[in-house]
Amino acid sequence: MYRYDEFDHDLVRERVAEFSDQVARRLSGELTEDQFKPLRLMNGVYLQLHAYMLRIAVPYGTLSSRQMRKLAHIARTYDRDYGHFTTRQNLQFHWAKLEEVPKILAELAEVEMHCIQTSGNCIRNISADHFAGASADEVIDPRPYAEILRQWSSLHPEFSLLPRKFKLALIGAPNDRAAIQVHDIGLEVKRNEAGELGFAVWVGGGQGRTPMIAKKVRDFLPEADLIAYMEAILRIYNQQGRRDNKFKARIKILVHEMGEAEMKAAIEKEFAAIDETNMVLPRDAVERIERYFAPPPFDTRFNGAPAFERARETDRDFASFVERNVHPHKMRGYAIATVSLKPIGGTPGDMTSAQMDAVAEIAEQYSFDEVRVSHEQNLVLPHVKLEDLPAVYAHLRGAQLATANYGLVTDIIACPGLDYCSLANARSIPIAQRLSERFADPARQRDIGDLKIKISGCINACGHHHVGHIGILGVDRKGEEFYQITLGGSGDETCSIGEIVGKGFSSAGVIDAVETIVDTYLRVRQSADENFLAAYRRVGEAPFQEALYAHAA
Amino acid sequence: MSAKSQNSDLPLVATANDLRTGAVVYRSPGGAWQRDIAHAEIAEGKDAAADLQQRAEADLAVRVADLALIPIIRDGAFVRPAALREIIRATGPTIELPPSSQLRL
Repeated sequence: MYRYDEFDHDLVRERVAEFSDQVARRLSGELTEDQFKPLRLMNGVYLQLHAYMLRIAVPYGTLSSRQMRKLAHIARTYDRDYGHFTTRQNLQFHWAKLEEVPKILAELAEVEMHCIQTSGNCIRNISADHFAGASADEVIDPRPYAEILRQWSSLHPEFSLLPRKFKLALIGAPNDRAAIQVHDIGLEVKRNEAGELGFAVWVGGGQGRTPMIAKKVRDFLPEADLIAYMEAILRIYNQQGRRDNKFKARIKILVHEMGEAEMKAAIEKEFAAIDETNMVLPRDAVERIERYFAPPPFDTRFNGAPAFERARETDRDFASFVERNVHPHKMRGYAIATVSLKPIGGTPGDMTSAQMDAVAEIAEQYSFDEVRVSHEQNLVLPHVKLEDLPAVYAHLRGAQLATANYGLVTDIIACPGLDYCSLANARSIPIAQRLSERFADPARQRDIGDLKIKISGCINACGHHHVGHIGILGVDRKGEEFYQITLGGSGDETCSIGEIVGKGFSSAGVIDAVETIVDTYLRVRQSADENFLAAYRRVGEAPFQEALYAHAA
Repeated sequence: MSAKSQNSDLPLVATANDLRTGAVVYRSPGGAWQRDIAHAEIAEGKDAAADLQQRAEADLAVRVADLALIPIIRDGAFVRPAALREIIRATGPTIELPPSSQLRL
């Protein structure tokens, strides 16, 4: 994985020193809160309901064991012994003390981490496929390009005060595991017919108040033009994006108001005007970054995995784990193992310091020292030998991290909601917990099959409800929590925005409503091979509406 | 001052987050900012609310952040916030936290 060079180290150290001084000036009263707030946000410090929240960037979701152990140490030493992995592959600590934040940032800098650009109207942490560099379906590892874009966008002087925040995501496989079509810019690394490297470029996707699917503005952008083209898009947005209304300030609104054709033309005109001699991305620079992401020293002498096969035959729980949480690796004899952070009845994405230490240990011993964070609030061990999977599973069980529910009805995304977030209108986590408990039976989960439930506690959609097969949005209705349900959303390569199924439900009623929807799916599906999304796309919302509301008519 | 304080005929208390720690605090009659809403100064009527607001705002320089006057409901000797959001602020997340989280309150 990428290691800081001297410039990275200096930049982060200088930023820690600068922010430490700003905190001291705020605590002394030299800075007012109005003066300090934009400074703390630039360093990932929010003030939430109960405390300050510190959001730590995990670039493209990649962590080393050393970094994971540092996060565990910070949780133990400065927070309340747990952290929360987010839908942008970041980590949040929900109980930070402002007076201790400078010490936390200094500790993070020791392991090449920071909180820069995890808030504010700038280019945020760049996310990527959590199976990058490992998955059998991958064409190109997108992480070197994500790192190049991270370097390009870090403290970029022209793009530090954009109309609104700006999010990029990358994939390098035909299966979209990073939801690129609901990002401000989505990039798919690919090869053209001549075998040259480049990108499909999507612009103007997003969720929130006005969900939009991104428009493809280039089917193939040559690798050398990556930075110039990103500059062109950002310049158009910076110049023409709305600053008069924060709810209409994202690039998706600009794309919508300009129209796809006019937006494409504007980008191409700006791109043509850029002096390519200064902006070309040289192949040798890409190769220099690619070396950081070279495949680990895999054992290529694969002669079968007898311990793995034996465990799969004799241990039903292990077999279930393999069936749901293990995915094919590009290297024969290896697998990708997902560590579910969705125990039955637990808080999606939460992890104690002891669990962080356990995963760090497992990754060090069995996954070439590498952990990934997924935007679906799980962790991934990207390079596990098949023969080691039984041992990995045993260690995960010991840490209560072996829930075999990847992609099932209990693998629920939920934002922190009104239990923590000052923007929220309703609670998300208790809804996720009750749904998880309602569908806890493993046999029932397997019968239901692939089903993504995503829950947001407000219209900002941090819980990605718009792209949930079943989406749940919490709203405030006359002081009461109320939940609106959408159906048919998807964040993958067949991206779609969910449709509101009808009037909302009370906190007490929403669990039964979801169960009614699931039971309706089981009734209308053609076979167990037709998953929820496919069935919904075939039959539409009518049978679900009938099941939910017929009795009320 | 937050809009949360507007449009309420209910009695009000001043709440904020402690500047250093971020903890939820309430202003007591003596001017201290402390954790228990039961010890908060209660303002009844517009004049009392304006007076409480003015005194509380003086503490924004170095003691607290994100000040708001919030409506409360009195139930005998007990006081509780009127809105769910403020009940959660007063009592903490409604979900179970890891047992070890209690070690560092």
